[in-house]
Amino acid sequence: MSDSKKTHWGEFVVEAGIRVMGFSTIGFVLLIFSFLLREGVPVFLKVSPANFLGVRWYPTFGLFGMLPLILGSMLVTVVAVTIALPLGVATAVFVREVAPNWAREILKPMIEVLAGIPSVVLGFFGMTIVAPMVRETLGVPTGLTAFAGALILAYMSLPTIISVAEDALDAVPNSYRDAALAMGATQWQTIWRVVVPAARSGIVTAVMLGMGRAIGETMAVMMVTGNAARMPLSLNALFRPVRTMTATIAAEMGEVARGSVHYHALFGIGIALFVLTFLVNLTAARVIFTKRRKGGLR
Amino acid sequence: MNRYQVQRIGFAALSLAALIVVLPILMVIASIVLRGIRAIGWEFLTAMPREGMKAGGIFPAVVGTLLLTLGTAVVCIPIGVGGAIYLAEYARDTWWTRAIRLAIVNLAGIPSIVYGLFGLGLFVLFLQFGTSLVAGSLTLAIMTLPVIISTAEGALRAVPTEFRTVSYSLGGTRWQGIRRIVLPQALPGIITGVILGLLRAVGETAPILFTVAAFYLPRLPHSLFDQTMALPYHLYVISTQVPGMPEHIQYGTALVLLAVVLSMNLVATVIRSYFRRRRQW
Amino acid sequence: MSSVLAREAQPKIQIQKVSYAYGDEQALKDISLDVPTRAVTVLFGPAGGGKTTLLRLINRLNDLVEGTQMSGRILLDGQDIYGPGIDVSGLRRRVGMVFALPLPLPGTVRDNVLYGPRLAGERDPSCLEDILRRSLSQAALWDEVKDRLDRPANRLSGGQQQRLCIARSLALEPEVLLLDEPTSGLDPISTGKVEESLFQLKQDYTIVVVPHSVQQAARVADSAAFLLMGELIEHGRGSEMFTAPGDQRTENYITGRFG
Repeated sequence: MSDSKKTHWGEFVVEAGIRVMGFSTIGFVLLIFSFLLREGVPVFLKVSPANFLGVRWYPTFGLFGMLPLILGSMLVTVVAVTIALPLGVATAVFVREVAPNWAREILKPMIEVLAGIPSVVLGFFGMTIVAPMVRETLGVPTGLTAFAGALILAYMSLPTIISVAEDALDAVPNSYRDAALAMGATQWQTIWRVVVPAARSGIVTAVMLGMGRAIGETMAVMMVTGNAARMPLSLNALFRPVRTMTATIAAEMGEVARGSVHYHALFGIGIALFVLTFLVNLTAARVIFTKRRKGGLR
Repeated sequence: MNRYQVQRIGFAALSLAALIVVLPILMVIASIVLRGIRAIGWEFLTAMPREGMKAGGIFPAVVGTLLLTLGTAVVCIPIGVGGAIYLAEYARDTWWTRAIRLAIVNLAGIPSIVYGLFGLGLFVLFLQFGTSLVAGSLTLAIMTLPVIISTAEGALRAVPTEFRTVSYSLGGTRWQGIRRIVLPQALPGIITGVILGLLRAVGETAPILFTVAAFYLPRLPHSLFDQTMALPYHLYVISTQVPGMPEHIQYGTALVLLAVVLSMNLVATVIRSYFRRRRQW
Repeated sequence: MSSVLAREAQPKIQIQKVSYAYGDEQALKDISLDVPTRAVTVLFGPAGGGKTTLLRLINRLNDLVEGTQMSGRILLDGQDIYGPGIDVSGLRRRVGMVFALPLPLPGTVRDNVLYGPRLAGERDPSCLEDILRRSLSQAALWDEVKDRLDRPANRLSGGQQQRLCIARSLALEPEVLLLDEPTSGLDPISTGKVEESLFQLKQDYTIVVVPHSVQQAARVADSAAFLLMGELIEHGRGSEMFTAPGDQRTENYITGRFG
């Protein structure tokens, strides 16, 4: 009797600890958000909205217009996703539906390798090899451009897009494929008329998560996009240097005085990034959540 | 053009896409290996940097990365595995559980530079740890947490429910069943997930920029509250901030970082396939 | 046969007006049944009748399912097993269960059999060895595995695995043994061996079986209960139930007019 009482007590402690660890995640999110607010909110008090939403980011002159940074991030991200989307979906379809086993055994580890390459290494590669290539092939003054950044970013988002898209394709029941084939469709027709439409929401999720990844990337873009905080307003801007929100924080925080307006402005950008990626991931996750309940898999 | 011709072209296009994805990966690895291998040597890996880092070795960066990874692991493994056990074995489908899952998705999506800001705000400034191993490790740990929880939960759920039922029917409590059957069976998957999570922490620069990384510190850290050099930051610095840096040192550093990450990847893959074959269900 | 039932005055298990629902679905309707001690009681009937549900209520395995409603009482030796302060783990050690599919735990034969006792706190090695030998012998498996005790349990044949599961439950020296279609995955020879061991086991344990077929029910039952769509249609002595059932529905099922 006393032995079982001892186990009951010990178990109670262990289970309480486990419960705490589960809920700690909520705690961390709140913690992160509150510290961002703590250091970032002052900027909204010290800088006028006209300034903050202006088109010039020159902290030394007291100009904190975020617009060039936001547009810079958008430009690089949108182009990156435009490149990565067809490549990623095509590769996912290839791996899941078409590839022979030996090809699959090579592709899947390779994609995992890509996922593991540190962003600073890819940024280094982009800086030393890709940017010069861009400069020579396109005849621009410097290869450190939005385009080069978008290229690197596209590759960094590929593993996310491919694996989530693959899961989406996996979730389509084989009976759909069998039914289409039994009606005389070729595999190609089956894929594009039956399987991919069925996996549509999962693929959209994949793209959104890839986009979230791209917006949040720091080192690779910092090393490759040239870091000029200009408004990217024409199509040409793609082939000129540009600056993202993430690179701004990383590049300038080191030289900033604690408590200065510039310091708070950088945290302000951090808040914007937090909210932005939160919204993107929330939308993507909502798709996952509703799917899970409907499918009743677990 | 009939349907089968369309199909053949289509398949060719798909394999082309896959090729376009894979080839650059090989190019990246190949170029770094080829240009960096000449720098690798015993001195490079174990000596301190000299002459403004243009000569000598990268030892403090290697050690710094090692210590940071250790610190990250110590914090995020217990919390991560504990959280995963909660979600897989205890949590019921309530509003609270959904909030936890949302929090995890959220944490996973936060940009690494924002983690850097958070680490600066909380650990370096508010808790006054200063730029230190502690601040850096804690920041990296919270960043790695969602990955560990997700993969560990997956590994736990993969263990068949029947084992738990049998354990209950033999008088076991929920925790006894977890400790004696579920957890050991899920362990290979959990370890794989931990390694994959940690290898991301190894390569991250943004979170350590303002929390621990030192530009040039040719000595090893003395205590938990010391700054330290770290491989990813070191690569960034010597490729962008130091004029006249010999190319082979840059590539050599990139090679070391890449080698560490790829070998962790390899270990995780080997563990995963070995135990998948020996599974008892 | 009748002497078996007269041996003990109080039935081992008393099920009193038990109703059970999963959400909106009523699985059991007002079941009352006595399970005599040290005899084989059979719960038979067509699929979906509630037999497995009722079985799982006796060792409270259905506690793990959410969204259920229960009324009525189940008494073990006169004590309500759903009463306050009941140690559920202890109950499950007194009431063992064997499932329809053989479910060996990961590990060796020894690990499987000794899982329960070790969980209960037994550490003495010689004691554990005795338990190992006794349980495997009672399950008619000792001779076949005595040289392979430390080999993985999932290498045994289906029939052997199922007898291992029986041995596993017996290792805790339960008072009651619940068996849910224990021979459904087994070949006729293994089935015969399991039924044989039931005849031996009922001398020491109270047994409740959900049989695989009506024929099996007729072979092993001392006492039988017919469940149809969650209702207890009739119950009584095994010998009478299968030769001259009281209710027309029972007779239809036994003679194969439906099922």
